[in-house]
Amino acid sequence: MLGWELPPHNSGGLGVACLNMAHALSNQGIDIDFVVPYAAEHPHTEFMHVLHATDLDPIHRYGGGAYASLDIHKKQIPSIDHPDMVSIRDVQKSYQDFVNEYLMEFKPDLIHAHDWLTYEAGMLAKKNYGIPMIAHVHATEYDRAGMHTGNPIIHEIEQQGLMMADKIIAVSETTKRIIHEKYHIPLNKIDVIYNSLDEDYYKGYEYDDSLHKYATSLKKDGYTIVSTVGRFTIQKGLEFMMNAARKAIDKNPKLMFIFAGDGEERNRLISDAATLGISKNVIFTGFVRGKKLRDIYSLSDIFVMSSVSEPFGLTALEAAYHKDALILTNQSGVSEIIWSCMKYDFWDEDKLADEILAIANSPALKKSLQENVGHEYNKISWDKVAKKCQKIYNNVKRKGNI
Amino acid sequence: MRAICLYLHIHQPVRYREYPIFDVGNISNYYDDNYNGRQSNKRIFEKVTDKSYRPMLKLLEENMSKHKDFKVSFSITGTWLEQAAKWAPDLITTIRRMVSKGQAEILGETYYHSLAFFQDLEEFEDQVELHSTAIEKIFGVRPQVFRNTELAYNDNLAKWAEEKGYIGILAEGWDKILKGKSPNYVYRPTDCENIKLLLKNYRLSDDIAFRFSNRDWKEWPLTVKKYQNWIDMDCLSGNLINLFMDFETFGEHQWKDTGIFEFMDNFIDSWLSEYDNRFVTVSEACNLMEPDGEISMPETVTWADTERDLSAWDSNDMQKSAMKDLYKIRSKILATNDSKLIADWRHLTTSDHPYSMCTKYWNDGDVHAYFSAYASPYESYMYFMNVLRDIEYRLKLK
Repeated sequence: MLGWELPPHNSGGLGVACLNMAHALSNQGIDIDFVVPYAAEHPHTEFMHVLHATDLDPIHRYGGGAYASLDIHKKQIPSIDHPDMVSIRDVQKSYQDFVNEYLMEFKPDLIHAHDWLTYEAGMLAKKNYGIPMIAHVHATEYDRAGMHTGNPIIHEIEQQGLMMADKIIAVSETTKRIIHEKYHIPLNKIDVIYNSLDEDYYKGYEYDDSLHKYATSLKKDGYTIVSTVGRFTIQKGLEFMMNAARKAIDKNPKLMFIFAGDGEERNRLISDAATLGISKNVIFTGFVRGKKLRDIYSLSDIFVMSSVSEPFGLTALEAAYHKDALILTNQSGVSEIIWSCMKYDFWDEDKLADEILAIANSPALKKSLQENVGHEYNKISWDKVAKKCQKIYNNVKRKGNI
Repeated sequence: MRAICLYLHIHQPVRYREYPIFDVGNISNYYDDNYNGRQSNKRIFEKVTDKSYRPMLKLLEENMSKHKDFKVSFSITGTWLEQAAKWAPDLITTIRRMVSKGQAEILGETYYHSLAFFQDLEEFEDQVELHSTAIEKIFGVRPQVFRNTELAYNDNLAKWAEEKGYIGILAEGWDKILKGKSPNYVYRPTDCENIKLLLKNYRLSDDIAFRFSNRDWKEWPLTVKKYQNWIDMDCLSGNLINLFMDFETFGEHQWKDTGIFEFMDNFIDSWLSEYDNRFVTVSEACNLMEPDGEISMPETVTWADTERDLSAWDSNDMQKSAMKDLYKIRSKILATNDSKLIADWRHLTTSDHPYSMCTKYWNDGDVHAYFSAYASPYESYMYFMNVLRDIEYRLKLK
């Protein structure tokens, strides 16, 4: 398996998904070597071999580390041809070099490559060693760029990887459609496998509302708390949500919005809230993870996934686990499998406001949504994911032998 | 003598549109005729008219001309009549012709296809009276036999219908109630003196209404010969076969290309070709047959779902709160004497609305979704409550 991150050195859902998938596959007897582009400890990975492609610090896996500091590492990065900073392309090149060396010695049955960062290494394995390649698409450049073309180099790498792959796994029908429409890959080459919640998610957490006195007092005063969580990028459609917030607050001032996360859109969102005159009803928490994040889910009544494009949207399942009423855009993959929720199109600010108000104004609706989604968040297990993967593995291997 | 009592239910609700909170207090066009979205009543009515109402009424009328003994009973809701008058008045004319020839009978029910009997008895009686008046005005007859919305029936309803002078009432022939008795007889409801109970033969009815086009059904394809053979077998216990179903079975639930029209056409011919076989209307069935004993249904039984209860309309919090909040303001609404406001309020009592808020099977994403005009039960509830808010706002202005 070729990946870019594993917990605890993950910046988002990708690392968690890779770890859970690998674990479930290993439980079914699959032997996994997992390559990451940096050197670090990974607890709870004893079921597989984690291989470090470079000696970089995990922080620098997307580039940005000063080149000078690399010289002191034992494992040099050989293909770097400019002296100042390590770019992500440099990291990718050394990742490929490592995979190439590895393949001189070992011959795995197949390569399972997660997202564009690893596709070049996957293609190399297929081209030079004839090893079948599965490209797993957790997100495309279209998603990341808010449905614009985005970075042409990344698009090109994705295009080549998807064309070279023997089989493609997409995390939702939404993503499958994008792969078909934007990368012109035939539909029968793409299978959909949804993600599931991290298995550790079910244990070792309890909400203590005494730690959140302000939120608790708001709720006592009859406030409804609406939250959203994620990277503040254009992909997340937060500016539409902010406008909807204003429309909803106009009708019901006892609404408090929590924007949890950070990213390039943050300053714009803060100034939007001020311009709209709703700063008092909007809380920015900054980047949160772990217990803090779970506390936000716990104290919220409503969770909104406002994404313009969301390949899957694991945070919605997390919020569902914490009994939030869900409002999801029709453009999110998770809305394909969750029925007990409200839905809207990301641009439809009026409808989102209407849905927020309806839930805030009706205890019956809130309770129905919260209770019913409790029967849904765990309907896809990692075990099921692994079984589907294995089926695809077997098919790809069989074809490879002909 | 062996008789088939064919009874067809004709109904379309007046659906509220996707009515946003921002319109509350500004514009009250929830049932707008010109609305073009998913809940366009006009579009839906015209579609079903072309696929079902018009061709099936034609088939029935042709058979009535051919066979004097061919008769049908209809229940026709007020909400259907209002829409037919606007968008397909020829349907009403056709039914009127059938009634005047004595070959069609109209049953009594609530005007708004509501479950008011279980919410508010006064409202229920008002709606039944509204319906009878409308039927008399349009078809020149007053209903003598009663059917409640969704065939929702219990002993109290039977007593009520007897007091009002109905000669018969309809219910589901549900095994759990019959306990081995046959639905092919007429019965007397518990504690009643005169009124007679007609029970739906749900197996033979559902063979047509639900299973006819199902290719996974081991009896597919259903032929007239096979079906008539089943009826012959069923007639070994009782000689009245009550086939009760939605009118839209023909052409809408079972599409034309399944052969449903040809099947029905041939079946009527074939049934009447046998000596001593006939069709009867619901009141004829009541008058011709003596009750074969008593039947008691203390709990409400309906013709819906496998549970045969009211849970599809009244089980989750949204349905309960919507109906509670709706009926709570009834006396204030009536006191306004504003006929437009009263009608707008009464349209909300239509049972299709709480049905579209049903979450029983929603997680599996299945059949209830097929019959709903809304994206989800939650959205239906949201728009319903917005409409109700506007109605309360109008009330406040009075």
